[in-house]
Amino acid sequence: METASHSTEAKTNYLNADYGIKSWLLTTDHKRIALLYLGSITVFFFLGGFFAMLIRLELLTPAGDLVLSDTYNKLFTMHGVVMIFLFLIPSIPAVFGNFLVPMMIGAKDLAFPKLNLASWYIFIIGAGFILYAILTGGLDTGWTFYTPYSTTYSNSNVVAAALGVFITGFSSIFTGLNIIVTVHRMRAPGLTWRRLPLFIWAHYATSVIMVLGTPVLAITIVLVALERLFHFGIFDPRLGGDPLLFQHLFWFYSHPAVYIMILPSMGVMSEVIACFSRKRIFGYDFVAMSSVAIAVLGFLVWAHHMFVAGISTYAAMIFSLLTFFVAIPSAVKVFNWTATLYKGSITFETPMLYAFAFIGLFTMGGLTGVFLGAVAIDLHVTDTYFVVAHFHYVMVGGGVTGFLCALHFWWPKMTGKMYPEAFAKLSAVLVFVGFNLTFFPQFVLGYMGMPRRYHAYPPEFQVLNVMSTAGASILAVGFLMPMIYLAWSLQYGKEAGPNPYRAAGLEWMTASPPPEFNFDETPVVTWEAYNYDEIDGTKKGVEVVG
Amino acid sequence: MWRNLPLFPARASSMAGHVDALYFALVAMAAFFTFLVAALILYFAIRYRKSRSPEATQIHGSTALELLWTGIPLGIVMIIFVWSAVIFFMQTRPPKGSMEVYTVAKQWMWKFQHTEGQREINQLHVPSGRDVRMIMTSQDVIHSFYVPAFRIKADVLPGRYTTTWFHATTPGTYHLFCAEYCGTNHSAMVGEVVVMEPADYDRWAAGGVDGSLASAGEKSFQHYGCSMCHRSDAAGRGPNLIGVFDHPVLLDDGRTVNADESYIRESILNPGSKIVSGFKNIMPTFEGQLSEEEVIGLVAYVKALGNGTANYPIPVSEPNSGAYPVAPKAEGSAAKSDKTATPQPRATQATPVTPAAK
Repeated sequence: METASHSTEAKTNYLNADYGIKSWLLTTDHKRIALLYLGSITVFFFLGGFFAMLIRLELLTPAGDLVLSDTYNKLFTMHGVVMIFLFLIPSIPAVFGNFLVPMMIGAKDLAFPKLNLASWYIFIIGAGFILYAILTGGLDTGWTFYTPYSTTYSNSNVVAAALGVFITGFSSIFTGLNIIVTVHRMRAPGLTWRRLPLFIWAHYATSVIMVLGTPVLAITIVLVALERLFHFGIFDPRLGGDPLLFQHLFWFYSHPAVYIMILPSMGVMSEVIACFSRKRIFGYDFVAMSSVAIAVLGFLVWAHHMFVAGISTYAAMIFSLLTFFVAIPSAVKVFNWTATLYKGSITFETPMLYAFAFIGLFTMGGLTGVFLGAVAIDLHVTDTYFVVAHFHYVMVGGGVTGFLCALHFWWPKMTGKMYPEAFAKLSAVLVFVGFNLTFFPQFVLGYMGMPRRYHAYPPEFQVLNVMSTAGASILAVGFLMPMIYLAWSLQYGKEAGPNPYRAAGLEWMTASPPPEFNFDETPVVTWEAYNYDEIDGTKKGVEVVG
Repeated sequence: MWRNLPLFPARASSMAGHVDALYFALVAMAAFFTFLVAALILYFAIRYRKSRSPEATQIHGSTALELLWTGIPLGIVMIIFVWSAVIFFMQTRPPKGSMEVYTVAKQWMWKFQHTEGQREINQLHVPSGRDVRMIMTSQDVIHSFYVPAFRIKADVLPGRYTTTWFHATTPGTYHLFCAEYCGTNHSAMVGEVVVMEPADYDRWAAGGVDGSLASAGEKSFQHYGCSMCHRSDAAGRGPNLIGVFDHPVLLDDGRTVNADESYIRESILNPGSKIVSGFKNIMPTFEGQLSEEEVIGLVAYVKALGNGTANYPIPVSEPNSGAYPVAPKAEGSAAKSDKTATPQPRATQATPVTPAAK
């Protein structure tokens, strides 16, 4: 398109349009805000990872000999709180959603650029409270804040941490709101809903969950703080409250929150798999609608976290049934991605390796979710390492793998530089191998009965725990490598050019890094998403685009 | 450490086989789909790699295929749902006439009270071949009673009773874990379940006990003055408790509730919440005055009043005590009820167990 001719000149882009710390801290450019988020969540990811390494080291031996029990309890709590609230929830939506949603729909920015900047500041303030809680004695309630432990019995910084989670929630709501309005109001001419990239559909569904679910978490957290500070009898039976009320409220948000962490990754997969098999996504409508179905059904399954908590038999049956339903749209996605490969022209760049890893790991995470949805099995394995393994397969195998996939795929667009392919492929393989070695043994441990959140454990569980710790060290290398080579590539990486993968999508039709307002002229869309036949010139009688 | 690598938990309850069968079916299902997806990806990736397939063939999709791979998984999960539901109903419905063990969990120990009077901490003796129902509550935070070898788990909550049951099959010693995070020494809130041959258990249960749980409850019943109002005649200011347990009770707001353990507990600690029809809301709350153990004793006593193994104590100092039409059996009623209550649960329950288990 037109932009290709401009990109040869030395042009200003969003990175060099202005300099100095102020130009970053006061920016309203969605791309710069995305980078602010990227920098902050990277710090939190490695902080959470540091806690994880200490946990794995402690579990090398059955005795609780590396740290004290209280310290161990704080480690797994802070690992959970940091990874979920400060990394996974903002990860893809706030970084790649922020960066790409306007570009993919041909817009100059998000609908509310100032709100976007505010969301980052709110996130940082909330994170500040959480870090304050960590530094001044820590938090030991588990990331789930179960009552009455959190409201009455814990001696740690519950209120500071809860306030932090409460505040970061608003950043999530603002991001969601911004994406919803942007997708509705700012699509380029010709870009109809059914021409939208599936990344947009996934982010739209995610944003709906963020806007509808997060307020419930916020209310719950406020109630915890009220009971802890002023002894309002809400959750503690001694004060006349009901501890199960907390669990209902908490999981009403926190189960859909799992989909906040996985849906954006699913959107990434659709982009990457289409690109490296040079094909339209098989069954576009079904993949798009399955995102919406997940967002809707995701709100109706929360009590499957409570099968042993004392809910009635019939309530458990209903939530079990609904849980099985929510498995279906995920299965539909996996089958459609697999079918997309059929008769493709497949290459194996790093993002594609991550995509394969994602499909494999997410499939296993999803299928073990079916185990947990079966109440009879759940009664045995809930609150054991089986659950730990299951949600790490979904959140790390799915969420983090998706994040790394996106990071590699759009790195050339964001920075204008290519990452070193060989190192990147090695890291993808290390992540896959290390991840499986870490978490697969935990399924076995869980069925054997090892409870989660145990500082010390019976000796017969040791071998599997040693395997898990060994895997975690491989995984750590796999996660550290991209940090190093991506930073290296900023200086020494090859120039990427506007579209190094010859990928479809409006974001690839402008320079890398993109100009301040993304496009020199507002694009007019006359093609379907994933028009790889037109890009590759394999479609007869149609003008080649891009 | 390599000597010790079991990959599967011991199977020591009637439920373990059912749960494991479903688990193996799920493992087979999960393995099938994982390998199917992996094999397809691998095959497509090799067969349609760029060097062999330089040009992609565009395919929009196929509604037939979409329906197929929506329908088949849906069918499979519905089968799993029904299968799991059948087992779940067995898991949550204790057979009538199960023997009962009362449990009080607290940071960070398990306290068990047998109806015969035995009390233990972090160790639970049970007979093999009998149904055992656990009636559990917590003194502080939420705990969870978990015996992997029995494939059962149930959270133990403060302020209410939760129950679970099992039918141990194989004598031996098994892990007991607290499965719900409960603070500093959560991972030390562990114990063991000792499954004994029934005869050994009976010997163990009878050894060195100074009165059954119901008799301890009877003492509390007198001590706290419950017997002043809960009398067997119409003059009582509170409802007559004989035969109340496990029967419907009509409340003054028109509802009917079943008088189970939770109801009795609530009526002691928070009497105003459910008033029996025809009575006034005059009973003081005993919240904070009774330990969970005392409440359990009272519950066991009210139960014993229901099945004829215990009687009301002699009224102590009621001015018109002579007016009781059904006078309790004079001196030594406590001692007598001890004798009857202790062997009784086993004798009465042994019979209904067998038909219920079928």
